[in-house]
Amino acid sequence: MKTMDHQADVRFLQDEEGELLVVSSGSWRVAALKMVVPILERQTRNIRNQSLRWDVSRISSIDSAGIVLFKHYLDQLQAQGCKVEVVGASPAQQKLYRMVTSYISASPEIRGSPQSRLLRPFNRLGELAMAFLRDINAFLSFVGENFVVLMLLLLQPWKFRYRAIVRNIQDAGVGALPIVTLTSFLIGVVIAYQGAVQLQKFGANIFVVDMIAISVTRELAPLITAIVVAGRTGSSYTAQIGVMKITQEIDAMRIMGFEPHRFLVLPRVIAVMIALPLMIFFADIIGILGGMLVANFHLNISFTEFIHRLQNVLEVKHVWIGIAKGPFFAWLIAMSGCFRGFQVSRNTESIGRYTTISVVNAIFLVIACDALFSVLLTELGI
Amino acid sequence: MQPKLEVSQISVRYGDKEIVRKLSFSLARGSIGCLLGPSGCGKTTVLRAIAGFEPLSSGHISVDRQQISDEDHHLPPEQRQIGMVFQDFALFPNMTVSGNIRFALKGWRRKEQQQRISQLLDMIGMRDLAKAYPHQLSGGQQQRVALARAMAPRPSMLLLDEPFSSLDVELREQLAQEVRNILRQENITAILVTHDQQEAFAMADEICVMDKGRIQQQDSAYNLYHKPANRFVAGFIGEGVLIPGVVESPGSVTTELGAIQGMVPKGCKPGCKVDVLIRPDDIVHDDAAGETAVVSERAFRGSEFLYTLRMPSGIKVLCLAPSHHKHSIGETIGIRLEFDHLVVFPQEQAASSTGDSSICQSFS
Ligand SMILES: Nc1ncnc2c1ncn2[C@@H]1O[C@H](COP(=O)(O)OP(=O)(O)OP(=O)(O)O)[C@@H](O)[C@H]1O
Ligand SMILES: [Mg+2]
Repeated sequence: MKTMDHQADVRFLQDEEGELLVVSSGSWRVAALKMVVPILERQTRNIRNQSLRWDVSRISSIDSAGIVLFKHYLDQLQAQGCKVEVVGASPAQQKLYRMVTSYISASPEIRGSPQSRLLRPFNRLGELAMAFLRDINAFLSFVGENFVVLMLLLLQPWKFRYRAIVRNIQDAGVGALPIVTLTSFLIGVVIAYQGAVQLQKFGANIFVVDMIAISVTRELAPLITAIVVAGRTGSSYTAQIGVMKITQEIDAMRIMGFEPHRFLVLPRVIAVMIALPLMIFFADIIGILGGMLVANFHLNISFTEFIHRLQNVLEVKHVWIGIAKGPFFAWLIAMSGCFRGFQVSRNTESIGRYTTISVVNAIFLVIACDALFSVLLTELGI
Repeated sequence: MQPKLEVSQISVRYGDKEIVRKLSFSLARGSIGCLLGPSGCGKTTVLRAIAGFEPLSSGHISVDRQQISDEDHHLPPEQRQIGMVFQDFALFPNMTVSGNIRFALKGWRRKEQQQRISQLLDMIGMRDLAKAYPHQLSGGQQQRVALARAMAPRPSMLLLDEPFSSLDVELREQLAQEVRNILRQENITAILVTHDQQEAFAMADEICVMDKGRIQQQDSAYNLYHKPANRFVAGFIGEGVLIPGVVESPGSVTTELGAIQGMVPKGCKPGCKVDVLIRPDDIVHDDAAGETAVVSERAFRGSEFLYTLRMPSGIKVLCLAPSHHKHSIGETIGIRLEFDHLVVFPQEQAASSTGDSSICQSFS
């Protein structure tokens, strides 16, 4: 074999009839392909809508790299509208060609260049943003579905599941009273102490009553109660619905003709919306009680003095504002809990993940909503 | 007659994975169809698509000539009025057995509910467990409750996803028979999913053998066994081996076991290499016969032994023999072919170029 055979070669010729002839020769092995790539690249670019013959009979040996290269330019020519007739392929070459092409994937994996590696964080950011938008979209359609079911039920109020609502009030409201008592009492104590330290400096001890009364009823009791309920009830809603999703109970219900929104979501949402305002009122009382005790021990304000002052400074609107936040917070907590429950997929580990997400979402939404209330009420001068 | 259910060219995907591919079948009113296939072939997915839990990526499904699913429209499951037994039961854990069944009977009068519940409890043989909760039941008992719950409201169509898989053989046969009778009586159209051939043969009027998300053959049990459409069906239904042979003339194939007579269809010219399906009941143990083979394995089947025999060339075939003919492993015994149907598949190369579905078979 001649030395020339060690390099792959390809020539583009015109034959007697003016037909284009491609002759490839030499060794089309991976180490010997360097020269032909630029030739093929240059020549094939300009050949369009012609018929040509590709003679491969003079190729002395070929490996899979050669096959892939051949296939690439063959495809390119065909994509440019050329009719290519391959002639002179030996059976061994044909066999290799069939084998290699059967493994060529239609969508090859592309390794990133250094440039694309730099772009990766932005890529990721974009993906996250899209996932976030999809999430919002899914939540909004969940809310929409829920609303439609609610409207239909309002037309047929006997179809509400009152027993389930009562049971959920029991679970979410009455069951949470001990922990709400404890936290709101401690909040009252903390506020009274913090206030006492500052106010003692000015000898303005009695103003601690104003501070406790207004901050607890207007802001702290609703917020703390909502956070307790989000952690306790929101998470349990996600877990309950998630488990029902995994055990296919929800599917079983649906196939029996029961609407999951009517059976699972609405009783929960309505229950929390009823329970939370009541719990806020309860927390108001306990929080003020906590503050009253600290004021008594620490600032020597007697209970009668405290209550007298309280009657003067605590306008009832503050209490109402605090309680009025309840249904809004409750709606956010119960909806995000149920929504995440329905997102649980068929593996148990996803219950834990979605439970966490649901609590984080609920607390964030509650605080965001509270901030919105503050801004609105302040702007309105209430 | 108009088919009750028509599934036409449906595809279902999870992510980018296409689980069900262009699958079609139809079912007449009141008949029992069966999807039979190995684990993971997409049977449950087909049922879930019919029930309305999975959207279709192409094709459509109609019930009573009304389209209930296609690529972009989709009737929710709660409006389809279909009953379904789920593969993992999906009982309500906070309700008793009768509570679970009653839940399916919403809108019925109290007295009728009671009647239906006690009728179903009798059917599943669990009258004394009516007040038990699902977690107090065994797997098989839970499965029976799930079956009763799905049948309770007399849906016009019932989807059964392996409804007898956790039951012992005796109970399974008895319950299958009873369910079949009730379905017939109440004119319920049902689709049964199973990977157990015996169950499929016993219950179904029409069997679809599935593999890799496709229907390989829709036919009666008899035809699936004796006229399999392709290698997969031949291997999946019943026992048997494929042994190589050469087409001698349009009427005969030569194999190591001798010439087998039977029509060879046009696709297979004389001289062409083929595989012949040999079922265990095609080979008869006969000490007087000329051919011999060595016993290499033996399985006790009660009234019969299933022998695995090694031919002189190393090819293995199966043979059923009455169990009073006891031969030990390593013994040489005489065998004879007794053939009813000739089932022939072109050998691999030819098969791959013409597509596996090309069938060469005939009756002898
Ligand atoms: N939720 C899902 N997400 C992704 N892939 C899934 C999902 N459910 C099923 N699959 C895949 O779909 C294929 C078919 O599943 P399917 O449950 O329909 O099988 P099957 O025929 O019912 O099997 P078996 O007899 O074991 O119940 C499986 O390969 C499985 O991996
Ligand atoms: Mg399944």
